This record gives sequence, C-alpha cells and structure tokens, in this order.
Amino acid sequence: MNDSTDAKPLTGGNAAATPKGGTPKISIRGLTKVFGDKVVLDGIDLDIGEAESMLVIGGSGSGKSVLLKCILGLLHPDAGSIKVDGEEVVGLYGAELDRVRRKFGMLFQNAALFDSLPVWENVAFGLIQGQRMARDKAREIAQQKLGAVGLGEDVGLLMPAELSGGMRKRVGLARAIATEPEIIFFDEPTTGLDPIMGDVIDRLIVKCVKELGATALSITHDMASARRISDRIAMLYKGKIIWTGRTAEIDRSGNPYVDQFINGREEGPIQMQVRDL
Amino acid sequence: MPILQPIGRTFLAFLEATGRLSLFTVLSLSHCVRPPFYPRLVLRQMVEIGYYSLPVVGLTAIFTGMVLALQSYTGFARFSAESAIPNVVVVSITRELGPVLAGLMVAGRVGASMAAEIGTMRVTEQIDALDTLATNPFKYLIAPRLIAGLTMLPILVLIADIIGVFGGYVVSTQKLGFNPTSYLQNTWDFIEAQDVISGLVKAAVFGFLVTLMGCYHGYSSRGGAQGVGTATTNAVVSASILILSFNYFITELFFAR
Ligand SMILES: Nc1ncnc2c1ncn2[C@@H]1O[C@H](COP(=O)(O)OP(=O)(O)OP(=O)(O)O)[C@@H](O)[C@H]1O
Ligand SMILES: [Mg+2]
Repeated sequence: MNDSTDAKPLTGGNAAATPKGGTPKISIRGLTKVFGDKVVLDGIDLDIGEAESMLVIGGSGSGKSVLLKCILGLLHPDAGSIKVDGEEVVGLYGAELDRVRRKFGMLFQNAALFDSLPVWENVAFGLIQGQRMARDKAREIAQQKLGAVGLGEDVGLLMPAELSGGMRKRVGLARAIATEPEIIFFDEPTTGLDPIMGDVIDRLIVKCVKELGATALSITHDMASARRISDRIAMLYKGKIIWTGRTAEIDRSGNPYVDQFINGREEGPIQMQVRDL
Repeated sequence: MPILQPIGRTFLAFLEATGRLSLFTVLSLSHCVRPPFYPRLVLRQMVEIGYYSLPVVGLTAIFTGMVLALQSYTGFARFSAESAIPNVVVVSITRELGPVLAGLMVAGRVGASMAAEIGTMRVTEQIDALDTLATNPFKYLIAPRLIAGLTMLPILVLIADIIGVFGGYVVSTQKLGFNPTSYLQNTWDFIEAQDVISGLVKAAVFGFLVTLMGCYHGYSSRGGAQGVGTATTNAVVSASILILSFNYFITELFFAR
C-alpha cells in the first residue's frame, strides 16, 4: 500500500488545534440526545474542518456511536444544531436528507452488511443504487476496493454470513469508501483485526483523507491506531466533549481524564461502575 | 381513580399505534407510485409471494373444495337438494373461501417471513445502512413487497378458485355419483362475474394488508431476536384479524343491497 510514510504520525504534524479557516465541514452546536431518562449526549459542540481527520475517544457506552448516528440523521437529536457545509441538517427529510447523505460514507461498528446480497454487491451498493452506475462497472470498482482492504476476488462472491468478524469489518469499510464520499465515518475500524491488518487499515484511512481529500470522523479504542489516523482528538465523557486538541499534543493535554484514558489506568477521576466478584 | 389510569393509557397507546400505522401506510403508498422504481425487486417479490405460495394455497383450495362438496351433500341429502351442490361449491369458493383462506395462508407464509426479514434488518442496523447509502428503505424494501402482494394475491386466488371447484368436482363425481358433464354444466351456469370479481377485489385488499402488516411490524421492531419474534407474531395475528374484518366489509359493499 502507501509505504512512503514510514514515520509516525502518518498524517504529518501541520494540523492546527482548531480547523483551518473557512466554514468547517461539519459544525455541531449544543447537540443533545436523550433515551428515556438517560441523557447520552448533553450539549456537544464540535467542529470538523475540511479534509481533516477527527477522532472521538471515550468510554464504552459514552455515546460515540450515537453521535455519528445523529449527524447522519439516523437518530433525531432532542436539541441542538448540526451543519454540514454550512447547511442545517437537523430536521431535513426525504430527498433533501438523501442529498446530504450522499456526501457521507459510514462504517458501522458491527459492519451492518446486507445479508441478502453477496459481498461485492454490498460494496457496490452505493454505486448501483445511489449513483445508478452500470452493474459491471460497479462490480469492477467493488473488487478494487475489496483488494484495498486485503480481500480477494473470491471473497466478493461469498455471502456476508460466510465471513469472519474481521472480514465483515473490512467489507464494511470497503462499502463506506466505495463511492469516494466527501465525509467518511469509521466506527471502530480496526476492532477485531490482527495488528498487521490493523496497520493496513489505518494507512487506508489516512490515504482516504490525504489523497482523496475526504473529511474523516473516526471512533477507536486503540490508542496506537488513534495516533496514526487522526489530526485532532476529542474526548467524550458523561455526554460532553471535555477535551479537544491536536493528536500530537494528547500526551501533554494537562487533562486528568484524558491522561487516565489514553494510559488505560484504573485509578483516576473516571470511576468504572464495577463491583468485586 | 386508579382504575381509569390503565384504561386511559391503553387508549392513548392505541391511538398512537393507529396514528403510526396510518402514517406508515400513507408513506408506503406514496413511495409505491413515485420513482425511482426497482423492477428487479418487485419481480423477486412476485416470485416469492406468487409462485412459492402456489403449493400451500393450492392444497388448501383443493381440500376445501372437496370437504365442501362432502359436507353439503350430507346436509342437502336430507331435503333431496343434492343438485345445489355445484352451486354451493362454486359460490362459496369464489366469494369467500378462496380469498379468505389464501389470504390467511399467505399471511402465515409471506407476512411472517417479511416481518422476520425486515425486523432482522432493522435490529442489525441494515436499514440504517440503507439510509446512509441514500437508498430509501420505503422504496427499496417496502414498496416492492406491497406492489407484489397487491398484484399476486388476485392471481393466486384465481388459481385457488379453479383448484377448489375442481376439488368439489372430483368428490362429487367420484364419490357422490354426480354426472361429470352435468356437474360442470351446472357450475358454469351458476357462476357469476360478480362472485369472481368480488373475490379478486378481496384478494387484492388482503394481499396489501398481509404485506403491509409484515413490513410495518418488521420495520418498527426493536431489540434483538426477541423483538423480531414479537414482530413476526404480531404481523401474522394482525394480518389475520384484518383479513377477516375487511372480508365482512367488502362483502357488505358488494352484496348487501
Ligand atoms: N436505540 C437506543 N435506544 C436506547 N438507548 C440507546 C440506543 N442506542 C444507544 N443507546 C444508549 O446510549 C448509550 C451510548 O451508546 P453508544 O452506542 O453511542 O456507545 P459507544 O460510545 O459507541 O460505546 P462503544 O464504545 O461500546 O461502542 C448507551 O448507554 C446505550 O445504552
Ligand atoms: Mg459504539
């Protein structure tokens, strides 16, 4: 793959702590989402710049996936505003919402492959249905994307039920990038992959951002991968963004929550609700 | 008054469910008639609903026709009115038993599998994935099924009518000693366009109801395997009840003058 960038971090060090000038690609203000009486997101403010790779970290169940789904309009926020290219997307529906969604690609945490379609048609779905591309051409592109995530021609003919967990994830990734969208969301792209394949996928994500100029918003628990793929990191805790900064500065954040999280220590301000056996 | 509370709550829940279903129906119908269309998917559903339901609907029809002839014979023999059997068989089958039994069988076969399939897609986020790929699930999943249900059930029922009448003919001629030619002649004389047409109208309505219930319960299912199971049960039960009640109203529309 792109072996030109050996040094870490792959993204280079020119990323600013705030997005570069102009309107941010995605701008979130006061985003609130409540399930029953449980406040999952409690007034999130976040800006993601054009062609920037943003990463959200936070404990399991802290609402990271919910945040992505709110931006995509899959969940309806209870309050707040989400602007994509300066256009408000909260409250959009029908054809208008579809038009905005064409800008996005999404890798779901559990891949969410269509189990009635073979692998290659999963990957080609956005091309065939969304862009009305001819099936032969879409199939060619699908095989090419599958190749980029390390899956051969033969895998393209399998059904999703015949794949391993890591393979499903990679097919989901190929599907997310198949239409070369402007904005790509990666929900835990490397979870369940071996370390080498994890690195391959990290490089692929970086390539999407650097070469295709896509804006990326990723979620990961793997700090090594986080450092490789992101320009900036935001930490989500108890429904709020408690820290945002450049990836290179994460070790010097001066925030005890962030320090505890990235070093994976049990002691610290974040208390896990567990009891002894 | 604590006794009023649950009543009020049930009533509100009922209103909410009715509202949600009405909205779902209107939305589904509007997507059935607006492009883009998915002819491949419609065709696949037509094969699924029409072709693969043929054996079960055919078997139901032939045994119903047979038992109808047998039962009416034992009843009518007391009044020496056996000659009415061809009439009874053809009218009962075309007006009532053909559409209702085919509808119920299809509800069990197709409605259940639709609810399970769409419900699984819902709980495994496949419907969310459709949305993010800018493909409307109403157009891609629901409209093809509704169109297929609406068009295939009348065809199924027409075939069921013929098979049912044939069942009655077999029993009457082989077991009850009717003359084959005069039995067929009688059947043909008694058959009326309105009987058949009312049955086909019923079939179209039932086909729509079955697929609508399958899609609606699947689409709104929540919470894993158990949610999908509940959706499947609800799809079959609600479709069956709707079929039986709509059957009454359509009958009244056609025949109560
Ligand atoms: N559809 C839903 N209905 C009710 N509650 C939900 C729903 N989706 C998510 N939640 C709740 O919202 C909270 C955040 O969920 P989310 O999936 O965003 O977590 P996460 O940060 O992605 O965790 P993980 O890292 O484990 O994937 C959880 O406590 C979950 O119970
Ligand atoms: Mg998650």
